[in-house]
Formats: sequence, C-alpha cells, structure tokens
Amino acid sequence: MNERLGPLIPEIVLAASAVIGLLAGGWLPRQRQSVIRLMATTACSAGLVATAVAMTQPATVDFGTSYAVDVATNAVRIVVLVATLLVICLSVDTIDGHPRETEFYVLLQLAALGTIMLAGANDLLLAFAGYLLASVPGYALAGFRKDASGTEAALKYYLVGALLGVFMLTGITLLYGVGRSTSYPHLHASLGSAPHGVVAVGVIAVVAGLLFKIGGVPAHFWVPDVTEGSSTAVAAFVTTVPKIGGLAALLRLLMVAISPAAVDWPMLVAILAAASMTLGNLAAFFQSSVKRLLAYSTISQVGYLLMAVAVASSSDLAVASLLFYFAAYAITNLGAFAVVAELPHAATLADYRGLARRQPGLATVLVVCLLGLVGTPPTGVFLGKLEIFTATIDGGYAWLAILAVANTIASLFYYLRWLAPVFLYSPADHRVAVLRPAGRWSALAAYVAGTASVALGIAGGVILPLAAGTLLR
Amino acid sequence: MLTAIVFMPAVAAIVLLVAPARTPRTAFVWSWILVSVVELLLVVIVWVGYRPRGGFGWTENVAWIPTAGVGYRVGVDGLSLPLVALTAVLFVAVAIYSLRETRRVKSYVCLFLFLQAVCLGLFVALDLILFFVFFDLSIVAMFFLIAGWGHEAARAAATKFFLYTFLGSLALLLGFIGLYLAASPHTFDMVVLTRTDPLAGRGAYAGLVLFALALGLAVKTPTVPFHTWLPPAHTEAPAAGSAILAGVLLKMGTYGFVRIAMPMLPDTWRRYAVVFIIVGVISVIYGALVALAQTSFKRMIAYTSVNHMGYILLAVGAAGALSGTDTQARSLAVTGAVTQMVSHGLLTGALFLLSGALYDRGHTYEMADYSGLAARTPVFAGLTAVAAFGSLGLPGFSGFIAEFQIFTGSLASATVATIVAVVGILLTAAVFLCALQRIFLGPLRLPDAPGSARAFPDLRASETAAVVPLLVFAVAIGVAPRLLLDVIEPTARILTQLVAR
Repeated sequence: MNERLGPLIPEIVLAASAVIGLLAGGWLPRQRQSVIRLMATTACSAGLVATAVAMTQPATVDFGTSYAVDVATNAVRIVVLVATLLVICLSVDTIDGHPRETEFYVLLQLAALGTIMLAGANDLLLAFAGYLLASVPGYALAGFRKDASGTEAALKYYLVGALLGVFMLTGITLLYGVGRSTSYPHLHASLGSAPHGVVAVGVIAVVAGLLFKIGGVPAHFWVPDVTEGSSTAVAAFVTTVPKIGGLAALLRLLMVAISPAAVDWPMLVAILAAASMTLGNLAAFFQSSVKRLLAYSTISQVGYLLMAVAVASSSDLAVASLLFYFAAYAITNLGAFAVVAELPHAATLADYRGLARRQPGLATVLVVCLLGLVGTPPTGVFLGKLEIFTATIDGGYAWLAILAVANTIASLFYYLRWLAPVFLYSPADHRVAVLRPAGRWSALAAYVAGTASVALGIAGGVILPLAAGTLLR
Repeated sequence: MLTAIVFMPAVAAIVLLVAPARTPRTAFVWSWILVSVVELLLVVIVWVGYRPRGGFGWTENVAWIPTAGVGYRVGVDGLSLPLVALTAVLFVAVAIYSLRETRRVKSYVCLFLFLQAVCLGLFVALDLILFFVFFDLSIVAMFFLIAGWGHEAARAAATKFFLYTFLGSLALLLGFIGLYLAASPHTFDMVVLTRTDPLAGRGAYAGLVLFALALGLAVKTPTVPFHTWLPPAHTEAPAAGSAILAGVLLKMGTYGFVRIAMPMLPDTWRRYAVVFIIVGVISVIYGALVALAQTSFKRMIAYTSVNHMGYILLAVGAAGALSGTDTQARSLAVTGAVTQMVSHGLLTGALFLLSGALYDRGHTYEMADYSGLAARTPVFAGLTAVAAFGSLGLPGFSGFIAEFQIFTGSLASATVATIVAVVGILLTAAVFLCALQRIFLGPLRLPDAPGSARAFPDLRASETAAVVPLLVFAVAIGVAPRLLLDVIEPTARILTQLVAR
C-alpha cells in the first residue's frame, strides 16, 4: 500500500503543533503563552521547508487514491503557510498577552491545516473533512472577541456554513449513490454512465458547499459581516486563507472527478465568476467602512479566481495562472489588511485623511496593495491577472475576460475613494487621535506584504515556472 | 545603455526619497535638473551611435518571465528615437521650470523622476507587456501629480483621468493578449510579432484585436470621441504636469499606433484605414472648433492638442490606404506623423509652461481677465507668440514640416479628408491669433487681486530658461529638418512596407 507519511510532513507538523499547543497552553502561565506563538511560527516555517523539499520530488497520490501531493497541493501549502505566518505577525499587537492567546494560535493552525487538506483531498469524504476542519475553527475565531458584533459574525458564519455544509454532504451522498465511490478517479470513470440529472444536482450541491469556503456569490453573505465584526487579524485570515483551499478543492473536484461532458461545469463556474466579480464590485462602490470595502473587494476577487477554474479543462495555462494568482492575491490582500490592523482606530475611509503625511511608509504600502488589487503593474496581481485573462481568452471565454476588464475598471473607483483621503491634508490633532499605530508587528507585516507583492510581479519569471504542471489523476 | 537611461531617474528618485526631510527644496530640483541633463547627454550618445538604416539599434534582450512569453526587450529605431529625445528634452525643460515649485518639493521631484523613467521606458520597450507596464505606471504617476499638485477641482479631474485612461489601458491589454494567443509559440515580443504577422487572414478575430488596441490607444491619444478626460485633466494639472501630459503621455497613444497596431495587424489596418482617417479628420475639425470657443487659455491649448493629434491619425490612416498612392507618399505620411509628435511635444509643452507662468501671476486662466500684456511683459508675450505661431504651422517651425508632410502624403489616398483637414489649419490659426490678441494687445488690464493691485513681473530666468530651448529645437527642426528626418525616414519606409505586405 502507499500509506506513506513522508509526503504529508507539512500537514503532520501543523497538526502536531496545534495539538501540543492546545495541551501545553493549559499548563502555561498566562504571561508565558507567547511560547505557543513561537511554536506555531516554527511549525509553519518547518512546513515551508518540507514543502520546498516535496516540490523537488515527483508528485504522488497517497493513502489509496485519497490524498494527492502535486503542484496544486504544494502551491496551496506554500501560500497558506506564508499567509498564516503573516497573519500571526499582524495579530501579535492585539493578541499578545491576551488571556486566550493559546486558543487563538491553535485555532489558526487548525484552520490552516483544514485549508491545506481541502486542496490535497482527492476524495469527497476527505474533502468534507477538510471543509469542516477549515470551517469550525473559523467560527470560533470570528467570535473570539466575545463582543456583540463578533458573536453576531460568528453566528452568521456558522449558520451559513452549516447550511451549505449540509448541501455539500447531500451532494456527496448523491454522487456516491450514482458513482459508487467517493474517490475522484473512480468517480470520473463511473459518472459518465450515471444519470445526468442526479450528477448535475450532486455537483451543484458540492460546489455550493465549496463556494461557502470561497466566499463567492451567492454564498457570500457571511463575508462582510465576519470581516467587520471580528478582529482585523481574523478578518484577514478568513477572507484570504480558506478561500484558497476551497478554490483548489473545486479545481481538483471538477478537473479530476467530473468530465465536462457529464456536466457543463465550465459554464456553471463562468456564471458564478461573473456574478461574484460584478456583485462584489457593485456592493463595494459606496461602502464607507474600510473593512466592509475590503470584504466586498475580496468577493469580487473571487470572480477573477473562478475565471481560471472555469477554463481549467480548456486551457493549458489555467492551472498555473490560478496557483500564481493565489500567491499574489493572498499577499496583496493581507498587506491591505495589515495596514488596517496597524491603524485600529481608523474605521472609515475618511479616517485615513492625512495618512501620507503622518506615516508615508504605511501610505505607500496601502497604495501598492490597493493598486495591486486592481492589477496595476508591476505587482504580482497584475501578472496573475494577465495570466488568468490570457487563459480565459484561450479557453474560449472571451466575454468573461471582457467582463473582468470592465469590473477591474469599476473596482478602481472604490479603491481610489479610499486612496484619495490618504493624500489630503488634515489637522494634526485628528491625525494623532485616529491614526494612532497599533504597534511594530502589524507594521512589519504590512511592509513585508507590500514588498512581497511587488517582488512577486518582478520576480515572476522565477516563480511562475514553479506553478507549472498538471493535477495528478 | 538604454537600461541605464530608463532606470537612472528611478534610482535617483529612490536616492532622493531617503534624503533627509530638512534638505533645502532647491537641492531636490537641482539634482533633478542634473539627472535630466545627464539623461539628455546619454540620449545624444544613443542618437549619434544609432546608424540610420531603419532597424533597431542598441537592443537588449533579457529573459524576464519566459513561461509567460514576457521578456525585458528594449531597443530604438527611427520611430522611437525621436520620441526618446523629445522626452529627454522636455524633462530638462520641466525640471528647470520647477525651480519655482514650493509645495512638497521632495515628493514632487521623486514623482517626476519616476514618471521620467516610465516615459523613457515606454518608448524603448520592445515587449508588449513591458510596454503595458510603463503605459499603466505613467497613468499612476500622472494621477498623483494631478491630484497632489493641481488646482481647485484637481481631485475629480484626476479620478476621471485615471478611470478613463485605465479603461483604455485594459482594452489595450486585451488586444495584447489577443496578439499573444495568435502567435505560435506564444510571445509578447514585438519584433517577432511584427515579423511573423500572426493574425494574417484571421478576419473577425483580427478585427476585434485591432478594435481593442485602437480603443486603448485612442483614449490615450486622445481622439474624438474619447477626449473628454483631457480638458479637465489639463486644466487642473500643474503646469509642469500639463507639459509632460501633452508633450509625452499623449504621444504614447500615437506611438502605439505606429509601433504596434500598424505593423502587427497590417491587413486589418488596411481594411479599416478609412475609419482612422475619418476619426482623425473629425478630431482635427472638432478640436479646432471647440478650442475656438474656449475662454480659458489653458483649456484652449488642451483642445488644440486634440486637433494636432487628429493630423497624426489622418496620416497613419492614409498610410494604410493603398489605393491611388505609392510607397513614397505613404512613407511621407508616416514621417510627417512622427515629426508631428515631436513638434507637438515641443511647442505644446512650451505653451503649457507659459500658461503656467500666466497663472502664477494672475491666478486665473480666463483670457477675458487679461489685456495688453505685451507692454508689461514683452518676453512672455514674445515667447508665447513664437510658440503659438509655431503651433499653428507657420513655415520655419517644426509644425510646418510635420503638417506639410502629412498633407502631401495623405492627399492622394484621402483627398477629401485631407482637404477638410487643411481647413483645420485655418481654424487653428484663428484660435491662436484670437488668443494672442485678447491677452497681449489692447489696453493693459490685469486680474484684480483681493486687496491690492497684483505685481505682474515678466518671465523669470528659470521660466525663460525652460521655455527657450523648446522653441529653439522647434525652430531648428523647422529650418534644418534633415537632422531629424534622416533618422525617421528609413524606419518609416520599413513601416510602410510592413503595412503593405
């Protein structure tokens, strides 16, 4: 049998660190809990090293056909672990010395682990396990502050997640019923002769569950509330990380298990992409709260990511473009959230008035990240968008690419609404009161993310080949 | 060499960024002037070292993102070298003019240095994505210049400018992707795309690609009906920004036509050449008529830009209309178009700097508020008159050389259009003569400052030093055009052959 643990070292390290952290946290004195943070950081770094080693090895499928370690899994591992490190960094200022510090980092690691499992799962049941593991810590994190808005956010997050989780489980049951297996390669073989209607309903139900993780329309209702209601570090995490696992899971499910001849899923995903980018943008237009604006902006970004999934079977460029966009999007989005975390007292767009004068470095990071999210060269998102647009046109969905261009221009409008006050003059006392920095760690995260966002674009020639490859069947 | 030219201003900007805030403000401007002068010298070396046979010189080719078909490829030929030189000259002038800038000089100089790098990079780029990177960054830099140092309504104008030209740039990107996917193997290399003509015989697809490219470039140029961002952007921008916007950034659109649209889509270009001719003529007449109706001096100059860009579009359109013409006429039209880009950059750049000087003194652009300035400010009046006459196409100036070639080259293939466009010259003459008469002749009248009469001195040394070289170059091209034409003509001939294949 192929029950080797070697290829799974990144997952094992993360799980071990979370479990040990949870146990050790109960015994540690309250002011010494930063040990757990150090352990989480070490686990993520070790996972990165292990993944780097794994990338030099040929791709494998382990534990029967249930877990694939290929280019997509490795890319998601790297992006998720780096993103988790960044979130840990930007959370230090608020979480350090918190009575439940241990719980925070344990939940963070479990959610990251679930996300990676979603990406690697080559079996419907394992994918659902990953879905739960990525979701449940997220509910707890959303309500971590135990205040009214956090509780509301957690409840909403939980209810939507539970509802769509049941959908997903129903879909899995249906596909298992007609496909006689939950393993993707087997499903691919057996679904061709299965009744079309049942397969279609099953696929849609599973996609609905994954769409909740992704935060795409129409399963996006939790995103703005959770982003606004929970603390900035949690918001940064749940709008960035689980989405990546969800998209990778969607990609793997559709590419490996469902042939486009059985269900016309490219069109389904294309419509979801169009809806996500358009509705997300329209809703973002006149937001005055920075966190809500970022929340809707992430919904519209999901649209661009889904474009690549839609053409995954018809264009050779799609998988690499999606994986590269994961990295660019995660870094850039976290950079924007890090700026928000560094300025905890500035909640509305108008509060950013005068930031350029008071903190020119932070203002630069904000400009880089917001214009990066639009896709201004030479940031990483530009290269990602270029690749995704190319793949989309190559895959025969030119209308989707044109819609994405129109949406990109529309999105510029609300990003500029945020950037404009940054360069305005404001009275000094306003700046002192509202633009009080949170601490060094959030600022560090912001600078690292801003630099990486540009570096990813300029060094794209080195990084893009790493995303090349095909999914293992 | 070209890499040094492109990135030196950017490096200088970074160095200045980390300079302590207490550095005196003139130190920043002087370092900018120094950098621009060195840039100009380097460009002169490139110019001298370029052998005018029409092909690319000083090329560099480094793999950048090979998996995406993107490379760092730069080089100059007879189409880009004049524009590189124009950019270098114009930035020296603007740097000198900016000696009088007092607001947040450090960021101002750094932004301009960044913009300088971006502009030079665009003209030497031989890779579509490299071209696009610079194209987009020019919008970003200009947005911050307008928003940060503009007049009252600058923020709205800057946002409009950004949204509008960003729309254009993304349409351009779609066109680039269309070209990329058609090429086999996929590449963004301009030289390869030009040589292989990947879209030959791809009817509707090629038409759509040309439509996307033309839309993007037409917004940037701008031509009617995509020009509506230009007047507010120009009116609200600081004078130095306007000079660069008109002198260099508008050329990015017209340069895109001769560098990308024409040689890479020759048969499609020929099929739709008449569209460009018509749009060009409409821009010529419409721009001139609207300029005639303006009461603001700066807005008026902005609309004459629409008019002047119309001539270029007419010429490039005529170069694609094969019937009833020969290679020589078409190559003359292309040469005229490139000469017009250089000439417009010099003369309109000078006019915008002069309008800035006017605003500094009177705090308004309204022509009705001024009268009889010739007596009070003879140098200002003289230079403005020279620039205006040059701009309306008087013989002896670069504008005449350019427009003469455009008309001669276009007459055979687009007879009616050319005749209509000649009327545009008359209208432009009326525009400038009226403006000169209103501002400079008649009894002296100055806009009232609140409280006391406003001092209205003549041009200061820095302003004169900024404007005079631009006019000297314009006259030099008008009197001895061979220097410029010897570089342009061989490449124009090659381009004409490429379009005719």
